[in-house]
This record gives sequence, structure tokens and C-alpha cells, in this order.
Amino acid sequence: MKLIQKGGIKVQPKTSFFKAMFAVVWKDLIAELRGKELISAMLVFALLVIFIFNFALELDPKTRSALTAGILWVTIIFAGNLGLNRSMAVEKDRGCLDGLLLAPVDRTAIYFGKSIANWIFMLIVAMIVLPIYSILYNTNIISPALLLVILLGSEGYVAIGTLLASMAVQARTRDILLPILLFPVILPVLIASVKASSGILSGFPFSDLQTWFNLLIVYDIIFTSVAFMVFDSVVEE
Amino acid sequence: MTAIIEVRNLIKRFGHKQVLRKLNFSVQQGEFVALLGSNGAGKTTLLRILSSLSKPNYGEIQIAGYYLPGQSAQVRKKLGVVSHLPLLYGDLSAEENLKFYGRLYGLSNFQNHIEEILQLVGLLKRKKDLVRTFSRGMQQRLAIGRAIIHDPEVLLLDEPHTGLDQDAANMLDTLLQEIASRGRTVVMTSHDFPRVANLATRFDVLYKGKIHASKLAKDLPQHGLLAYYQSIVDEIDSEGGNQGAA
Repeated sequence: MKLIQKGGIKVQPKTSFFKAMFAVVWKDLIAELRGKELISAMLVFALLVIFIFNFALELDPKTRSALTAGILWVTIIFAGNLGLNRSMAVEKDRGCLDGLLLAPVDRTAIYFGKSIANWIFMLIVAMIVLPIYSILYNTNIISPALLLVILLGSEGYVAIGTLLASMAVQARTRDILLPILLFPVILPVLIASVKASSGILSGFPFSDLQTWFNLLIVYDIIFTSVAFMVFDSVVEE
Repeated sequence: MTAIIEVRNLIKRFGHKQVLRKLNFSVQQGEFVALLGSNGAGKTTLLRILSSLSKPNYGEIQIAGYYLPGQSAQVRKKLGVVSHLPLLYGDLSAEENLKFYGRLYGLSNFQNHIEEILQLVGLLKRKKDLVRTFSRGMQQRLAIGRAIIHDPEVLLLDEPHTGLDQDAANMLDTLLQEIASRGRTVVMTSHDFPRVANLATRFDVLYKGKIHASKLAKDLPQHGLLAYYQSIVDEIDSEGGNQGAA
């Protein structure tokens, strides 16, 4: 006897990769819209860092301009770390990670869903931080090229960060484990992002910065591919 | 009757500790099997392996005609799993939780179906409410709804009564009886002997990583489940089960 009798329900032979991925993104966005735990924590942290740097470093405009890229990326990366930790902790604490893994779907769809949601949260924080930074430091840092660097840098960061957060969340010391695992791995992306941002803010031509952009793109591809290949093993018991 | 779950010589180790020791286990279609055993007997490990959340070190597992771990995606489609954690998102409503899991299970045109499930678990009136506002009992009923949203052939329940008060546990039992009456196969672990005695059609004693005994409910004297379990455990211990298992 069928438990499901009415409603014209259809069970697909195999859940579509993209359907599952977007279901995870939809779930994370709705949950965040309600709880506001993740973005608010990231945003408060990011704004505090900017305020502290602003008042701690009373520098002349030239030196301040030279430090902008570094301060910006320190803010984004550390705020992002809070978001990554929280994003996986939510899944683990209520056993929801098991719920996701029980779905008859390619598990990398779950990884990509979580990554895309984390990426969106990071970009939202960056989009709020940039104008506030511009006002506080009295320098216009908003430019299409810088936005492109943030887009590429944060993609590489969440690609490997989501994978490592999935590993770290299994441990009791997950809060300290994630940055210890993540920051050494993310160093090439961080350096390329800071150098490219610094060059853009100093007005260098794109040809001078192409190496850093290439490095960012290559690392984004590598990190995403590695995560795609190993996620299933990482979450396996 | 055909076996819907067939497990042969299952071994699972965590480091040096062997949790399941050449375990054999078989469940016929439509049976309601209660797995009884003390803490650390391997009940949860067995259910996690059957649900493809954990990989065995050795052994053959066949569920609904598919093998684990090789055909885990096909097996997962046939399974519904309920644990003592609800596996639900507190910041989503009851309806949104079911919608999310429905999408993950590849369902389409399932809005009416969600309402049917919510009706079945008695939460239709609370469908728009966030799950974090639900009591433990309501969350567990919704967890059952989540587990059956794709109409699975087999339902695995790992101590579903944990943390429930009497009323909530009674409601859960009624729901499980309703599901079992519809021909679904159920495997449940529990420490609550009086409760499972009224639910299951078969009782298997899992002790130190092995199924040591199996008894049909109709062959069990009334209120005799605890005595039966204790007699099996005593028998194993007196036969040197400790030594043999180690």
C-alpha cells in the first residue's frame, strides 16, 4: 500500500544536482533571513575591525591609502571565518548534516549549495563594509576592478573554507581548528587579493596586475576542484 | 516473504575498537523490528551503516535490492531515518522544512503531499510556525514527517522516544503504528521496553556487536520482554560471551 496516495506527487529516479544545490542555497538564505545570526555576527565584527584600525592608526592620507588593501582583506577574511564556522555548526548541532547526507543526491551538490550561500553572505558583508570604509577613511575605494578582486578572492576563500569547515565541525575544538587549518592554505589567495587590491587602489594599469588576477583565478579553480573531489570523503564516517 | 534488509558478516571498527563483530541481520518486508541492547552494543552504529551514513569495514549489506556502500544513493531513496535529533532547521517553518527535504529527495508537485504529511503528524495547523517554537514532541513528529516525505519502503528509527514526555511518546507510537499498518518496514532501537513491546512484531537482542537472539512478538509472554532480554544477556555472559566477543 502506498503511503502517498494523493496530490500527484512524482518521485524523480535521481534528484537533479542543481535542484539539490539550489535547495540548499534557498534553505540557507531563508534561515539567515529569519535568524540573522551569521551576517550580523560577520558585520559587527567587520565594522569593529574597521573602527579600531581607523582610530588606532592615525596616519597621513598617503600611508593610510597604502594600508587600505591590507585592512580591507583582514576584515573580510576574519569576518568570513566567523561565517564559515557558524554555517557548518548550524548543520552539525541539530544533526541536520546527517539529514543532508541522507538525501539521495550527489553529495557535492550539498557542498556547492553551502559554498554558494557562504559566498553570498561574504559578498553582502563586503558590500556593506566598502562604503563605510570609504566614509571613515575619506577615500573612495569602490571600483569595478576592486569588486572583481573581492568576487574572486572570496570565491577561493569560501571554496576551500567550506570544505575545511566541514572537516573542522566534526571536532570538539572546531572554533579554533578552522582558522588553524584555513589560513595557511588560503595564503596564496590572500596575498594575490591584497596585491591586486593594493595595485587597483594605487591606480596601476591592469597589465601590471594581471599576474595577481591569474593567480586568483587559478587558485579558485584548484580549490573548487579539490573540494569537489574530496567532499564526499570528508563527510564520510 | 522477501527480505528487504539483508546483512551478512558485518564488521565495523572505530580505531582498535570493534563495534560490530560479523553481525548477521535480516528483516522481512512489512516487519516492525525492535533492536534491543545496552549502551555501546552497536545499535546506533548498525543503523548508521544501514542508512549509509557510515561505511562498514567488512560485510555485505543489501537493502530493497541495492547494495551498500556501492549503491548508497539508490538505498537512500528507499530509506527514511529518524534519530533522537530531529534533523530539522529551527529557523524554517514546518512547511518549509518539508519543502526543503522534498526538493532534496527530487519530489515535484508536492505541495498537497506536504499538507497530507502535516495532517498525518498532526501539525497542519502549525505549518507556518517556525520549528524552533515547537515542543520536543512536535519536533519529533515533524521528524517522522520528514523521514516519510518520499514514501520510503524502510523506516529506521534510532531511539525516537528520547527526551519525550508520556503524551508525546504516546502520540509518536500512534504515528508509528499508523505507518507500520500501511505496510512499511520499520527497524527501531530503543531502551524503552514497555513501549517497544506494544509496537514491534519482532525483537532482536544486539549484544556486544552481534545479534544473539530473535523472537517474534506473538511468541513472547505478555509483559515478558524485559525478562526475555535479561535472560538472553545472562545466558551470553554465562557462556563466556565477554571472552568470545573480545
